[in-house]
Amino acid sequence: MQQPRDIPVLNVENLAVSYETRRGDVEAVRDVSFAIQRGEAHGIVGESGCGKSTVAFSVVNFLGRNGKIVDGRILFQGRDLVGRSQEELRTLRGDRIAMVYQDPMQALNPSMRVGDQLSEVLVIHRGMDQDEAEDMCIHMLEQVHMPDPANVMRRFPHQLSGGQQQRVVIAMALLNDPALLIMDEPTTALDVTVEAAVLDLIAELQTKFDTAIMYISHNLGVVARVSDRVGVMYAGTMVERATVKDVYLRPSHPYTLGLMRCVPKLGMDKTSSYLYPIRGRVPSPTNLPPGCIYEPRCDFARPVCSQKLPEMREVEPGHWARCHFAEDVLAGKLTSADTDVPDLEGLEKLRAGAEPVLSVEHAKTYYPVPSKRLVGGQKQYVKAVDNVSIEMRKGATVGIVGESGCGKSTLVKTIIGLETPTDGELEFMGVDISTPVSARDLDLIKNLQMVFQNPDSTLNPSFSVGAQIGRPIRRFKTVPGAQVRAEVLRLLDMMRLGENYYERLPRQLSGGEKQRVGIARAIAGRPELVLCDEPVSALDVSVQAAVLNLLLEVQQEMGTTMAFIAHDLSVVRFFCDTIAVMYLGQIVEFGPAEAIYAPPYHPYTEALLSAVPIPDPAAEQQHIRLSGSVPSALNPPRGCRFHTRCPRRNLLPDGGNICETEVPPWRFDTDDHRIFCHIPLEELRKMAPVVTTEEGGHAG
Amino acid sequence: MTVAETTSGKARGSRGGALRRVWEGVSVIFHSGVAVVGLVVIVFWILVAILAPVISPHDPLAQDSAAINQPPSSQYPLGTDNLGRDIMSRLIYGSRTILLLAPISVACSVAVGTFLGLLGGYFGGLIDEVVMRILDSIMAFPTILLYLIIIAAIGPSAVNVVVAITFVGAPGVARLVRSLTLDIRTRDYIRAAETRGENPFYIMFFEILPNARGPIIIDSMLRIGYAIFSIGTLGFLGLGLPPPTPDWGGMISEARKFIWTNPLGVLWPALAISSLVVALNLFADGLREESTRYM
Repeated sequence: MQQPRDIPVLNVENLAVSYETRRGDVEAVRDVSFAIQRGEAHGIVGESGCGKSTVAFSVVNFLGRNGKIVDGRILFQGRDLVGRSQEELRTLRGDRIAMVYQDPMQALNPSMRVGDQLSEVLVIHRGMDQDEAEDMCIHMLEQVHMPDPANVMRRFPHQLSGGQQQRVVIAMALLNDPALLIMDEPTTALDVTVEAAVLDLIAELQTKFDTAIMYISHNLGVVARVSDRVGVMYAGTMVERATVKDVYLRPSHPYTLGLMRCVPKLGMDKTSSYLYPIRGRVPSPTNLPPGCIYEPRCDFARPVCSQKLPEMREVEPGHWARCHFAEDVLAGKLTSADTDVPDLEGLEKLRAGAEPVLSVEHAKTYYPVPSKRLVGGQKQYVKAVDNVSIEMRKGATVGIVGESGCGKSTLVKTIIGLETPTDGELEFMGVDISTPVSARDLDLIKNLQMVFQNPDSTLNPSFSVGAQIGRPIRRFKTVPGAQVRAEVLRLLDMMRLGENYYERLPRQLSGGEKQRVGIARAIAGRPELVLCDEPVSALDVSVQAAVLNLLLEVQQEMGTTMAFIAHDLSVVRFFCDTIAVMYLGQIVEFGPAEAIYAPPYHPYTEALLSAVPIPDPAAEQQHIRLSGSVPSALNPPRGCRFHTRCPRRNLLPDGGNICETEVPPWRFDTDDHRIFCHIPLEELRKMAPVVTTEEGGHAG
Repeated sequence: MTVAETTSGKARGSRGGALRRVWEGVSVIFHSGVAVVGLVVIVFWILVAILAPVISPHDPLAQDSAAINQPPSSQYPLGTDNLGRDIMSRLIYGSRTILLLAPISVACSVAVGTFLGLLGGYFGGLIDEVVMRILDSIMAFPTILLYLIIIAAIGPSAVNVVVAITFVGAPGVARLVRSLTLDIRTRDYIRAAETRGENPFYIMFFEILPNARGPIIIDSMLRIGYAIFSIGTLGFLGLGLPPPTPDWGGMISEARKFIWTNPLGVLWPALAISSLVVALNLFADGLREESTRYM
């Protein structure tokens, strides 16, 4: 079915979708238009709940029982899909549209072998015989760079890693040679190194198969990497649409501009730059503002914005925006009053010459694994944290980065006493803390507090906000009993939450608000050290900036020391003074943030940095990809644990045999910066910087 | 989101907020027709029990040797039993004992079971193994056999009925609470409480229990139904309240001997028991349906 090149594969015109609810119809998507050509990848980016997935579902007619398209057209290869019966749709669409979802484990049938699931597609849709189908599946798995495809065909989905599963799903989607491939957050559940490899694959397939790709993501960096053109969605409508370069470098809608300014670019740090959060929150579709939907949050809003809904219009050729003043935004003529920029001078002073607060030496935390044999058998251990040494100075922020399963969380839990170390010396302000939290005295407990990752489970749903912040104040007797309420209100105010939040229950709060209450609870006892376990990774970017700013303010006001776990290396670079890079239970590089992000790198750090999706199409990034996945911590590789995946072993004589047998030495670049590697520093220094941006040289 | 906006305005002062929250919870019942039907029957029996001295036409213990095993008449609206006592009055007074004993015994078994379930679920390990294996061994017995053994050992009385039902019911509650605890204890707010150095019992009763209350309340409703059944069974077997106390189970047992001469004597108490049990089940089902719908 060859189509002429000028007819777009998918052309969505003025699409509007609404869902029936108990309170009447809710318009989830309004007036969305875009077109995707053959071989083109069109990104759709926006925060959660802005209607990205609804657009995708309306293309494949998956809106569910209560959703319906109320206006507009969806042209697939020139023919309208709206208003047709299921049967007509099937013949029109055939097997020419495929979809890839976020969670590969839900797309694959856990009780069927990979080979059977793949070949089923061909046997049913194409009427191929089994042998022919299997050959073609193996060929397709090769195309998606699956190692050992013949073997993978015989495995069950759970025997593959997350990245491999997603490759299988992509291979399955491509088997029918679709004209349109819809990908809904396909890499969100994956680790950054795996994500980078899958994104490479998507870019490659786009050219190899000449498929049109509709790529949905909340991550600006990911969309920048795979897309040719991007549509920015906000509260159910598209506010800007243009090429990647135009959207990212010359945004012409205030919302896009706001998004760009609230994510830290790799290389930005807190002493030199500031994240501008977008105030307020996304309006609910039942309660939209009368004029421009972005007007209540817009820094540039003028009277006309609250009265008239702007049309999507072409600001310059190929660059569409839905703003009355798009030309002015594009020209950078509009400026907003940046009243919220905190004064950051205090931070610098605190960092210099501060005494150590926490020192961890050779800490090991092992989890015993029950032996599979009934009697006897050697007891095995998961070495979640193995021989880790780390120090934190007063008022400093230490970032801990690494792929999932590298022991970041276990290290933090060991410090706070939720896990007991198997071995090693842990000292906090001169006191031994190798004891579980139940054996610690109240003063020590008070000084070590934690901020959690998941906003939905960080607060007890049964108690009001005020009660939950008040509890640690009462318990640690921070203020006399009569003043507890006043202290809670002070903390709420510090978190930019008003007095009316005191009585609210967690279910009445948004994700960002919950996280702020969680921070208020953690700092209520005025702790010396706050451990933050991915405090912003579950939040939308505009909210993320606000929470990061609040943490900075807390630190500045109270001189709190912080440990900050995150997988987003741009955020860590922005937020932290010192960074520890962890791999498989060990720290492989430790040093000041600027030193970590510039050569010499540990080969693992280099690979991580090269994998970070950067929301800047002009940035140049080295292409280093790790093979395979993190080995099991039950049986970590001998010698250097990274040797099984290390792309730099060949820098050593005889291909790095030493890496397999001997534990590497710590090499000190400076007193503060150390690298755990066999490769001599002179060699490591020769590496090129991983990221280079146009304006500011390498991201150091 | 709209909920948050509309309630924020009204939420002033802690007392008003708490009352409103309770009302919000209660009003859920009225969304379910099934629950309302159940509630009406339950309220009917509660009113009957409270107003017993006012509405019962006769003394429940008074015997009329002239009217034995009579069918319904204007003097005895539901007829009389084998000793010439008014069945209606005995039913009305019988509702008092059953509506007192059933909730009390369920409250006891829920209290004991909740405590053991929290203990096993939160601490895990050896404590969990010991507690749960003991409870499992109790559950291994058929309930009737267990009732017989307990009552035979400690003798029939109101207090002992409560003891027996507590003993038999607690393991089931413990299992439910344990599974809820296993889930809730993985939440971050439990971590937060632990890093605050809270006492384990504070965590169990103030951090975990309030979030398990929904399923526990629904389970208790069903259990009150079962308890009414059990009390009826014990009464029927002669292991309930000692005669001549009016007791629905005991009434069936006595009337059974005269089922051919006075079949209605069996029917009335049987209807009373089943109406209450069915009503409680309807109520619990409706409650469960409505409460899960908004999760």
